[in-house]
Formats: sequence, structure tokens, C-alpha cells
Amino acid sequence: MSETQTLKKKDFQSDQEVRWCPGCGDYAILSAVQGVCADLGYSREETVFVSGIGCSSRFPYYMNTYGFHTIHGRAPGFATGIKMANPDLNVWLVTGDGDGMSIGGNHLAHILRRNVNINVLLFNNEVYGLTKGQYSPTSPVGQKTKTSPLGSIDRPFNPINFALGANATFVARTIDTHVKHMSAVLKEAAAHEGTSFVEIYQNCVIFNDGCFDDVADRKIRDDMTIDLRPGETLTYGKELDKGLRFNGWGLERCSADEASTWDSTVESTAPSVMMGELANEAEMPRPIGIFRQVNSPVFESETERQIAVAKEAKGEGKLRDLIFQGNTWEVE
Amino acid sequence: MTTTKEPGSDLPLQQQESVVIRFAGDSGDGMQITGNQYATTSAVVGNDLATMPDFPAEIRAPAGTRAGVSGFQLAFSAKDIFTPGDRPDVLIAMNPAALVENIKDLKPDGIVVCNTGNFGDRDLEKAKCDTNPLLDGTLDGFRVIEVDMNQRVKEALAETDLKPKEVQRCKNFYTLGLMYWLFSRPLQPTEDWLKEKFAKKMHLAEANITAMRAGFNAGDIQELFQGRYEVPKCDVLTPGTYRSVMGNEAVAIGLVAGAEAAGLEPFLGSYPITPASTILESLAGMKNYGVKTFQAEDEIAAVCAAIGASYAGDLGITSTSGPGVALKGEALGLAVSIELPLVVVNVQRGGPSTGLPTKTEQADLMQAIFGRNGEAPIPVVACATPADAFDCAMEAVRIATQYMTPVFLLTDGFIANGAEPWRLPEVEGLPKFTKEFRTDAENYQPYSRDENGARPWVKPGTPGLEHRVGGIEKAHLTGNISYDPDNHEFMTNARQEKVMGIANSIPTPEVKGAQSGKLLVLGWGSTYGSIADAVERTNEDEDKVGRIHLRHVWPLPNGLDEIFSRYESILIPEMNLGQLARLLRSEYPQHEFLSYSKVQGQPFRAYEITAKIQELLENKS
Ligand SMILES: Cc1ncc(C[n+]2csc(CCOP(=O)(O)OP(=O)(O)O)c2C)c(N)n1
Ligand code: SF4
Ligand SMILES: [Mg+2]
Repeated sequence: MSETQTLKKKDFQSDQEVRWCPGCGDYAILSAVQGVCADLGYSREETVFVSGIGCSSRFPYYMNTYGFHTIHGRAPGFATGIKMANPDLNVWLVTGDGDGMSIGGNHLAHILRRNVNINVLLFNNEVYGLTKGQYSPTSPVGQKTKTSPLGSIDRPFNPINFALGANATFVARTIDTHVKHMSAVLKEAAAHEGTSFVEIYQNCVIFNDGCFDDVADRKIRDDMTIDLRPGETLTYGKELDKGLRFNGWGLERCSADEASTWDSTVESTAPSVMMGELANEAEMPRPIGIFRQVNSPVFESETERQIAVAKEAKGEGKLRDLIFQGNTWEVE
Repeated sequence: MTTTKEPGSDLPLQQQESVVIRFAGDSGDGMQITGNQYATTSAVVGNDLATMPDFPAEIRAPAGTRAGVSGFQLAFSAKDIFTPGDRPDVLIAMNPAALVENIKDLKPDGIVVCNTGNFGDRDLEKAKCDTNPLLDGTLDGFRVIEVDMNQRVKEALAETDLKPKEVQRCKNFYTLGLMYWLFSRPLQPTEDWLKEKFAKKMHLAEANITAMRAGFNAGDIQELFQGRYEVPKCDVLTPGTYRSVMGNEAVAIGLVAGAEAAGLEPFLGSYPITPASTILESLAGMKNYGVKTFQAEDEIAAVCAAIGASYAGDLGITSTSGPGVALKGEALGLAVSIELPLVVVNVQRGGPSTGLPTKTEQADLMQAIFGRNGEAPIPVVACATPADAFDCAMEAVRIATQYMTPVFLLTDGFIANGAEPWRLPEVEGLPKFTKEFRTDAENYQPYSRDENGARPWVKPGTPGLEHRVGGIEKAHLTGNISYDPDNHEFMTNARQEKVMGIANSIPTPEVKGAQSGKLLVLGWGSTYGSIADAVERTNEDEDKVGRIHLRHVWPLPNGLDEIFSRYESILIPEMNLGQLARLLRSEYPQHEFLSYSKVQGQPFRAYEITAKIQELLENKS
């Protein structure tokens, strides 16, 4: 807060050498986040990046802010403690599909339902990168890895619907190679009061190269994805000539002028869950953008409020009263 | 029989120095409330006291069964006492299950009060008694007082419009009244408590008061006993203001006091687990003292949140029992590595695994000192008694903040739920150890060290000191990631030396009793009372053996070698298979340590230790 001059993107770059594999999708995400921090007018000192363990979780070392690289899967616990201790900090949590959906699935679900005011970035590369290429809880059935030589038989998690199932108040998806989209989504996530969950399709060049090419490849991206823009029609394609509309219990393709209008603010998670499920359907575009954005009390603010209420009701506690409370007696 | 006598009239009044009472009944009978009320009243009349509840593992095991028996033992005394007593003088048995489960502990010639209203065929069957223990000789040699309490409360509350079930729920206050009469205690403290507790249901307060008075009056009118007793005020207690305190409550207050002494806000991350839950419950009720509590989704998230809070400048605390500590292990290693303050309270219970959740044990010592991957030293402070838990909690905060380290505070089920008089400290007299945060950006190095070996604590939000920390090995001074072999060794040693250096800030414990000779009895944690009692008994005529208590179990205080060298051998009673003995053997191989272990989920009785001491002294002469 002390810094009056606004910082530039490069001011958020730390002096540490970035150690991801050349070509890894993480570079683009790092660059986008650094740009967003500058655009949001963040100060370095009020910003904290917290992560678990994984390639993606190395992220905090590369940000010239406060940073905490914790243990595998547990970053949500740390982030909750940080926010409860100091609600003024901008806290970003970086996790991977293994870190966030496997070992830390429990914690992720709970931070989402509590609605702690932080931003969660889940780098989904559908593989365990750091441990060199085992299948992950988002790997599709059949994916061959070192630990699934005949193909994975695990039914995968869908991160969007995982988050919606936990009643997350902000749920979005973006793509590492789609820089403009990613920056816009990250800014919306930052502006949201409560836990913002952003799944980022991230390419692992080494262990799962091209895993999202069927939708995310620049050449086909416009036709294979649909950007969920709150308040706008569900149109997609290079010329925005294709559409989607709700029909009963499902979604169907239609022409642009018949497309439904996307409302991310409905209290029910039903429409966003239906959108989330499109991930598994052929012929349909893959939704990116904002699935859900609703208002709900923020956990750390509620904590502060209860403390204020207790102080109001019982008076600011004095240590002596705490020690001397109850039935006391004197010994002469 | 004429019933004109006033309560407390012409029966003989005898003076007793100390009394041990055990209340035993079904877990639905309110024995814990009864016992706690008896303790509070005994405290108010100025006795020294110690209590020991004994809960069943199930909240409501089938009524009347042996599994459902809940007990509460307390000793109150005109002299200084150390334990809740070896064997009760008086046993109150609310049903046959309570009677058969507890009668073996009663002193020969002791008084047993039985609620005959619960000794029907059905009750005997539920308690799996083939014969009626009131009639089959079980109670030979005891003074048996039979009272149909079910009937008596019914009569006492006939005028009220309470339902029969509600009437029966007042039974424990009838019992309480009767016991107040027997030992000449006032009813006022409990009446006040009832009026406060049932402020919104006055009719219930009144019903319980009526039942209690009926019990009190019955002592006299019904001539159940041949006489009454009186236990005079304890006049050896240090002058001051006292109150009765339970261990978990003392921990909670001590942590708040510690945070204040360090100038920090306390943050507790916890997950409910017996017997630690009441620490979370207590602190959750202290919001007006600025205490933040977070009931996490599990013990891992709880400790992680506490570390996160410390990272952001609060005093991070986490409370749990052994199984929870097992889950926290990895995060504790991180706390060691990033060198942030953290207090980890382990209220030990019987293990391994779920073990005996409601029973006590000291078998997590090695887990506390060594139970992590890698070289991850953590200092350990252990509470001796419920009131001592206050000082120990403050001490844990001192070490955590002054040395930038996680600290284990070990207590156990016996301390957690036990109560004793606590001489209340004035705030001005408490230790002060204000912790400064680093704000100066000049020459800032995240892993530089002060004279304690502690690194600077920087709160996020401080301009110019932005830095990154994590569990990967850090380079000396800069804290940047380092895989350098020599640096790893350097940092491993630096962390170890920092923790071992804490010994220089703690006093050498005092030896009581014989200052040299055949035997030194050494204890840590809640064996304190039984050891003190046993050694005092042994030394009644002359100082035969010495005793010493370790508050700091790791690092060990300086000066022990010299003390040990004054004795032929050192006896260590522990509620485990000899964990401290094993540790001391490796630290001081030149001395002889004799382990005396007990792992029954129950504290040592003083007589057990006295007998052990006798045996050793005889073998040595
Ligand atoms: C307790 C624990 N178990 C296992 C590991 C090993 N490990 C490190 S990262 C990782 C998986 C990371 O996968 P993901 O979260 O998808 O991150 P990515 O590397 O793909 O970015 C595993 C299994 C660990 N560090 N800690
Ligand atoms: S292994 Fe994959 S995810 Fe990890 S740095 Fe390399 S490319 Fe990126
Ligand atoms: Mg991954």
C-alpha cells in the first residue's frame, strides 16, 4: 500500500531462474499472472502466492511478491490461515491436478465451500509432471503412462464440476495458450469476493504433450470452444455464427440467433454443471470462461465479524478476567 | 421416628485430614457434573484437591451396562495433596454396573452408597450380574448405605409438574446433597451454579436444588450414617487467590496469556478429537479476547492453517491427540524447515491407533521428539498437573517465538480432564517475551540468525522484504532453493543447534528429598503427582530417595549429568514402555536408569510407586 507508483509486469518477476521445461505451458501462465498483477495495481508486499507441490507449485518462487511453497495438496489450509490472520492480503493459490484433485482434493473442496477470499489456479495437465509422468485424477480413461501401461482405468474428475459440487462461488476455465482470455478471466477471478476457482488447461510438453489439442489448438480453438461470457449469448466459432441453447435437461447446438443468454449468477449450480459436463461430449464445443459467479459471505470476514460481535457483547477481554473468572477463593 | 431434627444437628462430627470420593453411575446419570460440583465446593471451602474423571469411550452405551459406567474420583484434603487419591474412602454406585466395576478399588472398611432403586432384576441383567451384589457377599467388609434414590427424588419432587423422566434426572443432585451433608459442605456454590446454568429454565434449577436439599436433609433425618465428617481448610497452600482449573482449560488460558506476552494474536487450527476437543471449545468461546479459531476439515488442514497464520504474523497453534499428531507430521517438518513459531498441543491418550480415546497414556514422547522424516528437531515441554499446564503453555509460546520453531506441548487425558486448585497469577507477574517483527529492509536476509539461532520473522504486507519460503532446502542467509550438499549439512546442523541451544534458556530442575544416595525418582508429565506423593511417603521419617521432575523433555536441561552422578540409580515411572528411560540411556550412558512402566490407561497410584521404591531400596541394601 505504501508504493504509490504503479508497478509494471517486470516488477513482479523475481530474480530466480525459472526451471520449467522449455515449452511448458506454465511459462505462459506465469507471464499472464505477472501482467494481471500489474494491471490490477497490486503492490508486491500485499500479495502472497501459496502453492502445494508439483511443477506448477514452483510458481511462487518466480513471483517477486511474498511466496509460500508448502506441502503436497495442503495449500488451501495455509491460505486459509494466512487470510484469517490478515484478510487484507491478496492471496493466490497455485495447484496442479494431482496436488489439488488427488492428495489435496479434500482441502480444495473445503476451501471452496467456505468461500475464503482467495484465487485458486488449478494447472490441469492431466498428468503428474514433477514425479515424471504418472496418470492423475484428471487423466482420461485409457491414458497410457508409466503406471498405467495398459491405459488408466480410473474414471477422471472434472475439475469444474468438482468445484461446483463444493458450491464454489466463482468457477472458470481458461487455456494456457489463450493469453488474452486467460488475463481477462484472471482479472474477473481477482475481483470476485470469495474463493475463485480457475481451471487452466496447461500443456506438459514432456509427459502429456498436446493433451488439449483437440480443443485448445489455436487453429481449431474458436470452433471447438465456447466462451461463457456472463450476460451474453452462447455463441462461438470464428464468426460467432454457432450457438448453444438449453433444451429441457440438456444443451443443444443451434444457430447464433437462437442461442440462449448465459447467466452465471443463478443461485442453482444446475446450468453451470450442465456446461461443465460438455467436457465429455463429442460434437459439442468445450466451454471456457465463467461458469459461475455468485455472492456469498466471505469466510474470514465472518470470522472477523464474530470476533467484533463477541467483543461488543462481552466487552474486550482482559487477560486478568480470563484468569480470575469463575468461583475463586482466598487463602490467607 | 420423629422428623423434627434440623439437618446437621446431633450426630457426632469427626475430623478427617483427607477424603477420596468416587461417584460412579451410568453415563446418563450426570456423574461428571456431580463430581465437578463437589470439587468446586470443596475448593471454595478451602481444601486442596485433585480430580480424575473416568469416562466410557461411548457417549451413551446402553443404559445400565458396564460399558456405560462413568466415574469421577476426587480427593480433598486439609493438607497439600498431589493426586486424586489411590483408593476411594467412599464409593457412590448409582446402579449395579457401577458397583461391580468400582468396588474392587474401595478401601477396606470404606463406605459404599448404593442406589437400591436401580437394583431390580432387569438392572442386574443389564449389568450382567448373576446374583445381586447387595446380597451375595460382594460388599462384605464395607460399610453399606442403601438408599432408594429413585423413590426419594420422586417424593421430593412430587409437588412439581416435572415429567417422571425429568424427575429422575435430578437424582445426581440428591446424591450430591447427601455427600455434601456427609462431609459438611455448603450447598450455596452449587445452588448459585444451578441458577446461572438454568437461568432460562428456573423450574429446572429449582427442582435440582430441591433434590439436593432433600439429599442433604436425608443424611440427618434418615440416620443413614453414624456420623458426619469435616475436612478442615488446607492451611499449607501458598496465600493468594485460587480457583479450580482443568488441564485443557489451563492450556487454553495459558496460550492466550503466552500470545499476549509475545504481543501476538492467537490463532488455533484444530479438529475435534478426544481428549483434546475442549481446548478448541474453550478457545472458540474466547473470541472477545481476540482469539481466532478454525475448525478444519482434518488435522492436516488444521496444522497447515496454523502455520499459515504464523506465516502471516499470528501465533499459530494446533491442538490434537496422538492420531492427529501422526497426520500432522509432514506439516511439522515444513514448520521446522521454514522456521516459524507454532505450538502443537498433544493431549495424549492410550494408543496405538484409536487405542483408548478416553484413557490416559504418555506413549507419544518419541513421536514428539523424533516422529518426522528427516532431521527435524522439535522442542518438547510437558505439563505436570492441570494448573501447571498454564505455565507450560506460556513456556511453549516463549520457546516458539524466541527460537522461531514449532514446539510440542505434551499433556494427557489425566491432566486434560483433571482439576486442582490454581493459584491465580497477577498479569504483571507473568513472563514477558515480546516478539519483534522485522520491518527494516536494509541488509535483510530471510535466513540470517540472531543469538538464539532464530531467523527474522517478517509479515507479508511489509514493504521491501518480499521473499519466498518453502520446504525445499534453503541456502544459508538468502533462503533461496539450494541443493548444495555442504549447505544442506550446514542448515541441518544450524536447525539442530538452534533447538539444542534452548537448553541454555531453561533452569536445571530442582531435586527434592535426598540430594544423593541410592535412588533418584525421575518423572515427566502427569506422573508428577504420584511420584511426589510416593517419595514424600517414603521420606516420611528421613530423606531416603530424591525426586526430580522434567518440564522440558527436549532438549534436556543442563546439569542433569551432575545430578544423576549423585545416585546409584534412577527410577523412571512412565505410562509407556520406558520411552524417557530409553532416551536418557542414550544421552547419559554412564548412569543406570530403571524403567517402571504402566500402560493400563490409568495413572500410577502413589502406592504402586512407593512399593517399587521399597523393593529397589531393599534389593540394594
Ligand atoms: C506427501 C507427498 N507425496 C508424494 C509426493 C510426490 N509428488 C510431488 S508432485 C506430485 C504430483 C504433482 O502432480 P500435479 O499436482 O498434477 O503437478 P504438476 O507437476 O503436474 O504440475 C507428487 C505425486 C510429494 N511431494 N509429497
Ligand atoms: S514436466 Fe511437464 S509440467 Fe513439468 S515443467 Fe516439464 S513440461 Fe512443465
Ligand atoms: Mg499435473
